[in-house]
Amino acid sequence: MAEQLTLRGWLLAEVPRSKWQARSQRFYIGWLEFRRNPVAVIGLIIILGLVGVAALAPWITGSDGLEPDLVNRLQAPSAAHWFGTDQLGRDIFDRIIWGSRITLYIVALVGIIVVPIGLVVGVIAGYLGGLVDSVLMRVTDIFLAFPRLILAMAFVAVLGPGLENAVLAIALTTWSPFARIARAEALTVRNSEFILAAQVQGVSTAGILTRHVAPLCLSSVIVRLTLDMAGIILTAAGLGFLGLGAQPPTPEWGAMISLGRQYLIDQWWVPTVPGIAILVVSLGFNLLGDGLRDVFDPKSGG
Amino acid sequence: MDQASSSKAAGPGLALPSKLAKISGVLVSLTLTFLGLTAITFVISRVMPVDPVLAIVGDRASNEVYQQVYLQLGLDKPIYIQYLRYLGQLAEGDLGTSIMTAQPVIEDIKRFFPATLELATIATLLGIFVGVPMGVFAAVHQGRWPDHIVRVVALLGYSAPIFWLGLVALLVFYAKLGWVAGPGRLDVFYDGIIEPVSGILMLDAALARDWDIFYNALSHLILPASILGTFALAYIARMTRSFMLDQLSQEYILTARVKGIPESQVIWRHAFRNVLVQLITIIGLTYASLLEGSVLTETVFSWPGIGQYITNSLFNNDMNAVLGGTIVVGACFVGINMLSDLLYRLVDPRIR
Repeated sequence: MAEQLTLRGWLLAEVPRSKWQARSQRFYIGWLEFRRNPVAVIGLIIILGLVGVAALAPWITGSDGLEPDLVNRLQAPSAAHWFGTDQLGRDIFDRIIWGSRITLYIVALVGIIVVPIGLVVGVIAGYLGGLVDSVLMRVTDIFLAFPRLILAMAFVAVLGPGLENAVLAIALTTWSPFARIARAEALTVRNSEFILAAQVQGVSTAGILTRHVAPLCLSSVIVRLTLDMAGIILTAAGLGFLGLGAQPPTPEWGAMISLGRQYLIDQWWVPTVPGIAILVVSLGFNLLGDGLRDVFDPKSGG
Repeated sequence: MDQASSSKAAGPGLALPSKLAKISGVLVSLTLTFLGLTAITFVISRVMPVDPVLAIVGDRASNEVYQQVYLQLGLDKPIYIQYLRYLGQLAEGDLGTSIMTAQPVIEDIKRFFPATLELATIATLLGIFVGVPMGVFAAVHQGRWPDHIVRVVALLGYSAPIFWLGLVALLVFYAKLGWVAGPGRLDVFYDGIIEPVSGILMLDAALARDWDIFYNALSHLILPASILGTFALAYIARMTRSFMLDQLSQEYILTARVKGIPESQVIWRHAFRNVLVQLITIIGLTYASLLEGSVLTETVFSWPGIGQYITNSLFNNDMNAVLGGTIVVGACFVGINMLSDLLYRLVDPRIR
């Protein structure tokens, strides 16, 4: 009886008493598995740090990172300016902090566009099968075979440079693996008894897809999204570096490297520091993604 | 499963048709993918805010001239006719004329492509010759420090923004240490001395037996190739490690060890041989992605390759050049991917 009263006991009880308890248990057991992997925990800490820094930006920074201060331009890292100042005298530390919001904005936006597209295409293809499946998967495979960066560049060329357009271009070139994964999951649940039960009860196809099939595909898609986040961040930073993404004075990290490039030799910190920020965040997502994959799908771990 | 058992039942006589079926399957998907690629570039070329007629005649042309060019370009025809016409032009190698260089885009690409090819090839080779041994080494020492080091290096190679890595490498190895030559393919001093034969400078220099130029080209190439190669190295090392781990846990490895075969032979003759087939696909994928991924490296190192050509054209609103470059790089990318897929299917007897 005493076991039942602790939170841990409740979370590990053999027979869950409610839907809520069952759900919490699943998360808790996943977390126990995840916690055993120190590398993944480091990844999680980095990402939580990123979110924290982005949320607390107004209190951490001393400036808005946009206002030029030409008297103090290109100053070396010091107590007053931890990461030095850039060509317009703006504090690089402040710009990195504000830039974390842009990075989060990019990955969130890409995720919001890509996950629903992938789910819709994959779930419909996997559940309905037949001709619909063949056609949808052909289209998916075509997008899967495309060179991503070049295509994103071509899209930006039409849409015009800018942060939102870069996000759109990245989304257009990254949705296809999600459709493949959602389809594979939909195929495995399609013939389950609970789906049959829903069909017998007269639930419409749309209802089955949205309420029964799609939620089951979501976890694999989310894991894949975490693994792809690093790639998304690197592509966005690359577009920013080429001048096709966020435009100045936005403190986007890739654009900051591009603008600081000409000061590389004498004021190395100007282009170097934003690169470290990109490296750390992309490393964080890679570590976290690897850890999540090991939890959800231990077989495919590499 | 069904297919495998039926072809076994019918005996080896069916081997050839099944190979043909594989090849034709790959060809079909190659064609479809290429059609998809051209459809996208076609749509982009129609959607873009530049009027294709005005781009040719200029805004001071009279109405009649405008109409004439409009009809010449076939813009009055239904959209699918326009697409077919576009495909026809592509088939003839007509990618339009570049506004920036006032030359046919295909000629420009012929000039810029060898530089990219050279860079991506050397980078892939570096990735293979360093990455494969690293992966094998890590797998053999699974869970111990060599394994951890390889995994960390691979992860860093995966996570680092390549353009930033290039800048840092320029700062350290060129500006501070002076070990390598700087941006570009050759020192200005050597420019234009060698008759371009293949367009690949080191090859041309070697053919002309001009070793000064050869070493100069090498000294310019080594840094961008290493930087571009880090991604290849990381990916290849990681995949080699995971393939090797798969093989090393198989029972035939245990059998070989029990038989007293030396460990080095177990690793290289037994396990690695089986990994080799899977590696073909990985190397193909890497090579294709480096051809594409060289865009950023080329920008950092002022490497006059196709990536830089596309980027420069983009900023000059030279859409013919951008789309032409996209199609050529895309076609190479798709082609190499399909080729490695085909090789894999043909070589690995387990896939039917």
